[in-house]
Amino acid sequence: METENKPDTAGYWKATTRLTISLLVIWFLVSYGAGILFRDALDKLSIGSAPLGFWFAQNGAIYVFLALIVVYCRKMTQYEKKFGIKG
Amino acid sequence: MVDPWTIFWVVLTFSLYIGIAIWAKAGSTEEFYVAGHDVHPTVNGMATAADWMSAASFLSMAGLIAFLGYGGSVYLMGWTGGYVLLALLLAPFLREFGKFTVPDFVGDRYYSKTARVIAVVCALFVSFTYIAGQMKGVGVAFSGFLGVPFNVGILIGMAIVFVYAVMGGMKGITYTQVAQYVVLIFAYTVPAIFISLTITGNPIPQLGFIGNAAGTDVGMLEKLNTVVTNLGFTEYTSTTKSKMDVFCITAALMFGTAGLPHVIIRFFTVSSAQAARKSAGWALMFIALLYTVAPAVGAFARMNFIDTVNEAVYIQDSESYEERAAAILADGGKPVPQWYKTWEKTGLLKYDDLNGDGIMQYRGPAAPDGLKNEVMPNRDIFVLANPQIAKLPGWVVGLVVAGGLAAALSTAAGLLMVISSAVSHDLLKRTFRPDMTEKQEMLAARLAAAAAVICAGLLGIYATQLPFVAQVVAFAFGLAAASLFPVIFLGIFWKRMNREGAIAAMLTGIVMTSAYIVYFKFMGGTAASWWFGVSPEGIGFVFMLLALAVGVGVSLITPAPPQEIQDLVQDIRIPGQRTSSGIADRKIIPAE
Repeated sequence: METENKPDTAGYWKATTRLTISLLVIWFLVSYGAGILFRDALDKLSIGSAPLGFWFAQNGAIYVFLALIVVYCRKMTQYEKKFGIKG
Repeated sequence: MVDPWTIFWVVLTFSLYIGIAIWAKAGSTEEFYVAGHDVHPTVNGMATAADWMSAASFLSMAGLIAFLGYGGSVYLMGWTGGYVLLALLLAPFLREFGKFTVPDFVGDRYYSKTARVIAVVCALFVSFTYIAGQMKGVGVAFSGFLGVPFNVGILIGMAIVFVYAVMGGMKGITYTQVAQYVVLIFAYTVPAIFISLTITGNPIPQLGFIGNAAGTDVGMLEKLNTVVTNLGFTEYTSTTKSKMDVFCITAALMFGTAGLPHVIIRFFTVSSAQAARKSAGWALMFIALLYTVAPAVGAFARMNFIDTVNEAVYIQDSESYEERAAAILADGGKPVPQWYKTWEKTGLLKYDDLNGDGIMQYRGPAAPDGLKNEVMPNRDIFVLANPQIAKLPGWVVGLVVAGGLAAALSTAAGLLMVISSAVSHDLLKRTFRPDMTEKQEMLAARLAAAAAVICAGLLGIYATQLPFVAQVVAFAFGLAAASLFPVIFLGIFWKRMNREGAIAAMLTGIVMTSAYIVYFKFMGGTAASWWFGVSPEGIGFVFMLLALAVGVGVSLITPAPPQEIQDLVQDIRIPGQRTSSGIADRKIIPAE
């Protein structure tokens, strides 16, 4: 546990950027992907009695956005502990 | 006839806002600009939600969705997805930077007064575009409900914002915004729950939206598709816009949300980078409460409007409504609903009996029966008239008016803060009069806020010729996306980004976007000559990409930024690292 005293800033930033990129990929896929680009294909499926692609564009994407920020906050707090950053 | 409940709610909420303003009077510039940097993340999240949900979100969005169907998704995704960008790319780093305003970041990060002044111009441009829409919303609410002329309504709204923005600054605004959030979310969701129950039998609008029409096995949306196509409209779940255009508008709204100065400065009010991240999450949660209900309200409203108004027998103002309605019902006909007659007086609904049969035919452009449309509803009507359509008690009707005013005033106040701090802090203190004392700066901030209130009111009065509140606001997003987002983003994630690149990027974004919008909206440009088929609403995204490219290109052919700036960038990426500070942040250097 040598990281206790000395903050590992390089490791922290690397982990942060990796997390940011993966979350933004999901962000893109649910909104621009499911809601716009691939919606015609997704509309063949349905959630309740709404077409799935349409639902993603009007409701589903928003739920995922919220989940993404929650995951980001949790992970970042973990990274701050792990790499000895004050936060 | 003015509804007593409306007066009750408006007077009650307005007194509450003024009470909070007196309680939260700002004592220092730090309190005035950033509420002392110690607002709780949840409180800030709620204030951000109110700050950012404007008259457009509250009054116009559900109506726009009702008419545009799938096409309305751009607003839903655009105005929420931006929070992901804000939380992941901007808010925590800007908070770690620890200054007061967006131009503050640009000026210090790009070691340049020129860059700071350009950022001030961008921020002012965006904020004034946006505030005109809010003031218009205030005028509409007052003229429609309180029997007050449009311009007087705007003056009353100005007076209220004046009191709490000028006295309390960011501190006063924060706590009034919390109160305004509570008012507006209550006013929005209560009618939605009742309407959902009527139309789908499910009290939760989000579930009603994907459920079946009440008492049938047919999906609510499926039924709506059939109903609207039979009248000659585009199918509800599709759009006439191209995929490219939908993509660009959504992106312009998302990046615009992330680049809006009045949203960004809310994250300066919390205590740390970690708190800024949490706060963005809370903000989106509070926003999602309204935004996931809005598409349901839109669909229900469309259905309800067609059910009750189409093919109804019109009743003239000269006739007694009750007697005539009873006679029509006795004949087996459908009388025009009472709420329609009430709202007709506001001018938001128009009926033109083209074929002279006294029956209201509501039709789309491609009506199979070849009849012409005779009913012209304004899009804002759907949220406003919802409680009456759902036959809710009088006290709910008045609450919606108070909610609309809360939405408009809270956003207007946030924008005024950007305008006043851009002038007093960035232009005076940091650029032209660095020797000002704190007391003088505070006075300048208050005077700037006062002047901004007056300009905003005048804009609201004279900007009424612009079509819909939501469209005016959409321009502000395009401008924010193309001018401010690129320099802030590159300033954090690319150390090599320099002064020259930043100036070139900001100029590219703001000049190109404004020119495009002005040409196509006001100088008669037609859709046929849109670049890449992208409408003025979506062009902000295209020019944002261009601004990013210009910023990177110009930086690479000019000298790298000084070492101390690169160190500064390194420090704001990692919480708790800052050791050097500018003149403005003596008191807020993170503890060593």
